[in-house]
Amino acid sequence: MAIKALDILPKLSEAPGISGREEEVRNILREIVGDHVDELKGDTLGNLIAYKQGTASGDRIKVMIAAHMDEVGLMVSAIEKNGLLKFKKVGGIDDRVLVSKTVFVGPQRLPGVIGAKAIHLQKPAERKKVIEYKQLYIDLGFTSKEEAEKKVSLGDPVVFATEFANFGKGLVKGKAFDDRVGCALLAQVLQDSYPFDLYGVFTVQEEVGLRGAVVSAYAVEPDIGIALEGTTCADIPESKPHGHATTLGGGPAISLMDRTSIGNKRLIETLMRLAEREGIPYQFRRTTAGGNDAGPIHMSKAGRPAVTLSVPCRYIHSPVSVIDTEDLANAGRLLKVFLDELGKGGVEL
Amino acid sequence: MKALIKSFVETYGPAGSEEQIRSLIEAEISGHVDEVRTDALGNLIAVKKGDGSGIKVMLAAHMDEIGLIVTHIDDKGFLRFNSVGGVSPHVLLGQRVIFGNGVVGAVGAEKLDHIKDLRLDKMYIDIGADSKGEAEERVRVGHTCAIHRFMDDLGSRVVSKAMDDRIACAVLVEALKRIDGTPHDVYFVFTVQEEVGLRGARTAAYSIDPDLGIAIDVTRTGDTPESITMDVRLGGGAAIKVKDSSMITHPKVKRLLADTAEAGGIPYQFEVLEHGGTDAGAIHLSRQGVPSGTISIPCRYIHTPTEMIDMGDVKACVDLVVAVLSEPIDI
Repeated sequence: MAIKALDILPKLSEAPGISGREEEVRNILREIVGDHVDELKGDTLGNLIAYKQGTASGDRIKVMIAAHMDEVGLMVSAIEKNGLLKFKKVGGIDDRVLVSKTVFVGPQRLPGVIGAKAIHLQKPAERKKVIEYKQLYIDLGFTSKEEAEKKVSLGDPVVFATEFANFGKGLVKGKAFDDRVGCALLAQVLQDSYPFDLYGVFTVQEEVGLRGAVVSAYAVEPDIGIALEGTTCADIPESKPHGHATTLGGGPAISLMDRTSIGNKRLIETLMRLAEREGIPYQFRRTTAGGNDAGPIHMSKAGRPAVTLSVPCRYIHSPVSVIDTEDLANAGRLLKVFLDELGKGGVEL
Repeated sequence: MKALIKSFVETYGPAGSEEQIRSLIEAEISGHVDEVRTDALGNLIAVKKGDGSGIKVMLAAHMDEIGLIVTHIDDKGFLRFNSVGGVSPHVLLGQRVIFGNGVVGAVGAEKLDHIKDLRLDKMYIDIGADSKGEAEERVRVGHTCAIHRFMDDLGSRVVSKAMDDRIACAVLVEALKRIDGTPHDVYFVFTVQEEVGLRGARTAAYSIDPDLGIAIDVTRTGDTPESITMDVRLGGGAAIKVKDSSMITHPKVKRLLADTAEAGGIPYQFEVLEHGGTDAGAIHLSRQGVPSGTISIPCRYIHTPTEMIDMGDVKACVDLVVAVLSEPIDI
């Protein structure tokens, strides 16, 4: 059956997978791409490497496309006497998005609530302050530590309990679009064959320091790297136009520079040329903040050109993110055109 | 040598856009080396073969300079930007910048109540365009620019933008031309993207796999009014780095450099830099580790359009590089 990124996104979005605990996402992806690739390999850190042998005979270049499976979330760090859970953050989460959110805890997906003092009980000064995550707790409805310990262990992962849904005009909302949109796109391109050897790498622990990409790029040693991302989009009120990183509906975003890499100029120019030729809308990622798997990929061993293609996502690193399905479709088209051009030898490395 | 320095420092080349300075250096060294190549990240690697009795030495000087990258063009044609490397908004105010295609712009700022509120996101580049359309005919989002400023010759000292690290590129080129036979296989690497995280040196070091790594870079001084406390001064000779935040110099390399300077009567000083790093930080951690050090050129006002160096120090650095490479090395 043909893989379409938008069809598999709901399942990928709802799957729990904080950094270091990507197994459910990995299993779903194994299932989806298994029949379409020549080899599926896991490595020590938990990366899933889908290998697709090229159709060309003789020397073939190695292309690595990376999308990270992990999402930002929480981890249980203590169980209080009254059965409430303390937690730590895994990856970059703004404390302000945590209060009063529903979550799932641990492999059994125990439903819980992040609690805080109700407004009636707060002093006027308290209402003006951000409640730090250290003052918050997860309430699973337990009444004692003993009761909680039967169901929960320290280190259990916690994800936001967000259902995927369509809304607005061609928009969808859900958790973890950073970077399940990348995973969905990667699965989609893996169903086709190319003249070159393709390594589709679903990486782990991106949100805590690009760790999966460091070791997978070392092992694969590609000739060119592409990172697929769900990236920040700030086309919202109170944000000045020059503060917008990307615009929803503006097409896939090509990264110019961030904290971890400067996009390879020839690859950026090729993406622009192909998008213009095919009439695919595109935009640049207009900020240099953040970093992604392209960083370690382009610097591994003796180095190689790398570039990042992203789907603009509003409200990333929060319980709910929003994308425009047209952006996802256009990212898929641009990626496919680029890979076809690369296969024809039309991209200078 | 001042003419060489002038041509290097006045050439455009922010991190990630080193094409022009690379071509210039490549033309300058052609005929003086046995081999030259450009790698995947854009490093220029020139090799001088030894007589087979020596070791493999990697010398690194970075070609890139700090700069700005355009992130947004507004309806009136003003460009918003982020920095490429460490750029101070206060130093930037009132400067002129130049793009790779020769377009020149002036840096301005929004109205501010207090100058201390000045931040890069309150600033813009004015290229004299009247509309977005007109601006986009000359510059697009993602283009990078560097400070537009010429070198001034103050006699024994010279001042310019991009002394960091074109002065070291000039030192390497001069040394490369002067070396007449060496026991060592010497890799002169003109690296990219040092200012954004020592990136070029890292991949070059992996591919070269050297026995000894030496970075040539500028360092701060403590010899100006009310300056930081630091025992490095302009005119005090080549600075042999002891440590910075990217590396502690290998004791044997420090000894090698100091002993060579002593033996050759080359003026030198030791340098302890509290903040900052050089390509040696990346080289010494490559693969299973590489004994590494840094020869620094003392430089006042680093990361400003008026970086000042002393020609005597430059000569000492060239002499030291040549002397080190002329003798057998025991590492």
